[in-house]
Amino acid sequence: MHHSIEIEQLYYSYPDGHQALRGVSLHVEPCEKVALVGPNGAGKSTLILHLNGILNGRGQVRVAGLPVVKENLGKIRARVGMVFQNPDDQLFSPTVYDDVAFGPIYQGLPQEEVRQRVEKALAVVNMSDYLQRVSHHLSVGEKKRIAIATVLSMDPEILILDEPTAGLDPRARRSLMKLLENLDITMLVSSHDMLMVRELFPRMVIMDDGCIVADGPTQELMADEALLNAHGLEKP
Amino acid sequence: MHVHFLDPYRPGSSPIHQLDARVKLILTLAYILTAALTPIGAWPVYILLLAWAVTIEILSELGVGFVLRRAALALPFVLAALPVIFTAPGAALIHLPIGPWMLTITLPGVERFISIALKSWISVQMAIVLAATTSFPDLLTAMRAIKVPRLLVAIFGLMWRYLFVLVDEALRLMRARLSRSGESDRPDLKAGGALIWRAKVAGGMAGSLFLRAIERSDRIYMAMVARGYDGEVRAAPLPRLSRRDWLTLWLCLGLLLALLTSAALF
Amino acid sequence: MLLAPFLSPQPMHIPDGFLSPLVSIILWVFSILVIAYSLKRVNEDLGERQVPLMGVLAAAIFAGQMLNFTVAGGTSGHLMGAAIATILLGPWAAILMMTTVVGVQALIFQDGGLLALGANIFNMGVIGVATSYFVYRSIRRIAGEKSWGVFLGGFLAAWISIVVAALAVALQLALSRTSPANIAIPAMAGIHALIGVGEGLITIGALALIYAARPDLLRSSKQGVTGGNALWVGGLAIALALAIASPLASSHPDGLEWVAEQQGFLNTARGPLYQIIPDYVFPGISNQVAATILAGVFGTLIVFGVALAVAYSRRKRRLGEVRQTQ
Repeated sequence: MHHSIEIEQLYYSYPDGHQALRGVSLHVEPCEKVALVGPNGAGKSTLILHLNGILNGRGQVRVAGLPVVKENLGKIRARVGMVFQNPDDQLFSPTVYDDVAFGPIYQGLPQEEVRQRVEKALAVVNMSDYLQRVSHHLSVGEKKRIAIATVLSMDPEILILDEPTAGLDPRARRSLMKLLENLDITMLVSSHDMLMVRELFPRMVIMDDGCIVADGPTQELMADEALLNAHGLEKP
Repeated sequence: MHVHFLDPYRPGSSPIHQLDARVKLILTLAYILTAALTPIGAWPVYILLLAWAVTIEILSELGVGFVLRRAALALPFVLAALPVIFTAPGAALIHLPIGPWMLTITLPGVERFISIALKSWISVQMAIVLAATTSFPDLLTAMRAIKVPRLLVAIFGLMWRYLFVLVDEALRLMRARLSRSGESDRPDLKAGGALIWRAKVAGGMAGSLFLRAIERSDRIYMAMVARGYDGEVRAAPLPRLSRRDWLTLWLCLGLLLALLTSAALF
Repeated sequence: MLLAPFLSPQPMHIPDGFLSPLVSIILWVFSILVIAYSLKRVNEDLGERQVPLMGVLAAAIFAGQMLNFTVAGGTSGHLMGAAIATILLGPWAAILMMTTVVGVQALIFQDGGLLALGANIFNMGVIGVATSYFVYRSIRRIAGEKSWGVFLGGFLAAWISIVVAALAVALQLALSRTSPANIAIPAMAGIHALIGVGEGLITIGALALIYAARPDLLRSSKQGVTGGNALWVGGLAIALALAIASPLASSHPDGLEWVAEQQGFLNTARGPLYQIIPDYVFPGISNQVAATILAGVFGTLIVFGVALAVAYSRRKRRLGEVRQTQ
């Protein structure tokens, strides 16, 4: 039995010298849903980018039982589905089908299997009718769902989302939350949306200035108004 | 996250930083022209030009090491000139038997190759100092001063304004692609996809970058109109050059001319 | 091994030092004339939206050149962008955008030289754009409003823009007697015939996305995208001239050598002017080796003198700061 995510004493500095992570340790159990909160510049996105080896800091990172080292990156990227904040960065093909099929095609799956994976992933995000649509023309909410489908088609063990509800109108936000709630998969989500965090995530991790400053049950941490205020957060 | 560290400009207060951008641009061009005009094999002139470059690098307080490291990045092209060591006619230096062929390295060939490499090396050093000590807005002013048309300067300005935004966008696209470039656990599958497919995906990324740029430019245009833009590009009058700037300009031009004249003697 | 330089990722950007002054200046003049005419045409055709559109799209081309795809053995393909710029905004705006892209690469990133910038603009901007305009326009005319015209036209335009620019680089290096014609031309042409395929495929990919999302941008009747028949003929002429000149020059390097020698003749023709100056640099030293050594000593002394002076003034400044803070 392994943890889904194990991070021990992770340090990272950007090439311009800015120190973004100062000794972060974090463990996430399989099928646990964890929210990562904290002010802008706290290091949330930097931390997330270490989970599939896009960034490489000092310290130990193990994901889905594999150490994040060069030889494992291909396997890790197939197991970690990373959904970025701006869905436009993730959708770069003429049709929705091509975008969702990218991961399976890259892995070398046969055509028929690719098709099945795409259909399944689109069904999960309730976008089955969008197969031949042009990604560029979709609304932000629809693009977010397609972006999630582009990683679900890889059958990942872990889903990582950066600000999933940013820029969504209330209806799109609500339907995206419903989607996240129904996904039975390990999930690490960075967000400023405290209402969503309270509703969906039993566990919450607060980051500030490159460190984890609190980690515990969301109910408890949300009740500690002094803690939230100290790190630029607001009680929902 | 942000790619501003790509910008080679290093703010500072050295005499080179303080020199007017117009003077710097003209002198850099004059220096590179001098290097280009220096005949093959005029070694004393190359040495003095190199001493000139190193002097400027020291005065700029950028560090000679910084400039030389960057200059090394521009060197690989030098190999394009390598064949001349075999083909320039003249006295043979070494005969190299390679398989059935005999390659002959000639003395004029070697002289020509070294001269080209030196010209290129010292020229790129001065270009690096110019870029590292001059901010882009100052370079735009310098462009206007050497009569680059206003419309073109305006395009340069807008391009620079959005360059890092779009480079950031390109990097995020590549990051998103990389994140989904996984390998299956099944041993029978080979990751990567077909070459044509990979090229098409890269093309799709470029297309989405262009499309977003075009749509962004519409929003920029509206923001410009909202602030009174009427299609005419206006610019403030150029500030006057100080006496020190004039003096530096003429002194350095004179020195370069003197070096060039002496080049004829070797 | 001789091919190695032509395999480097961006052999298109000629640095300073590789072109003879005459070749550099002639190409500067050509480029300036074409840029001036393009500015005039863009002003007339595109209207006031032009500045933000060209500025931002030029930035996108610069950024788009970073997007790569793995080919094999650690090499990767990426975009130059002259063809797609021509297809999207028409040849005149494309020339201006490529001028800013190549200009910023030279001025800021030392990708290509400053004296050589005229040549680089000429190769990647002017003739890259003119030939891709000629090819794209011709194929669109044949295809009418059918979509295959966009894609076939885009592919071939991209391919030819790369090959033509590479041939021009090789010819210019040969004319400058920097690289022998019979090596540079076949090497550049061969490698870039392949690199051009990559450019063509990326261009198809980009066009596919744009065609799906915004077909209005690719309508053949789009205003401002036409360059007129003169440019069409110009593109044809450039393509033909390079297609004829290159194999000729590489199989008969003597011909090019003759042209290069005429330039060399111009150089020596200046000789008599210098005859009035006595045959030595420093009085009493007529030996070249001695002059070289003397130049070395003199140069070293200057460098050390300046280094000492800078170090001294820095220390004084720092001491002054310390005193102020105390």
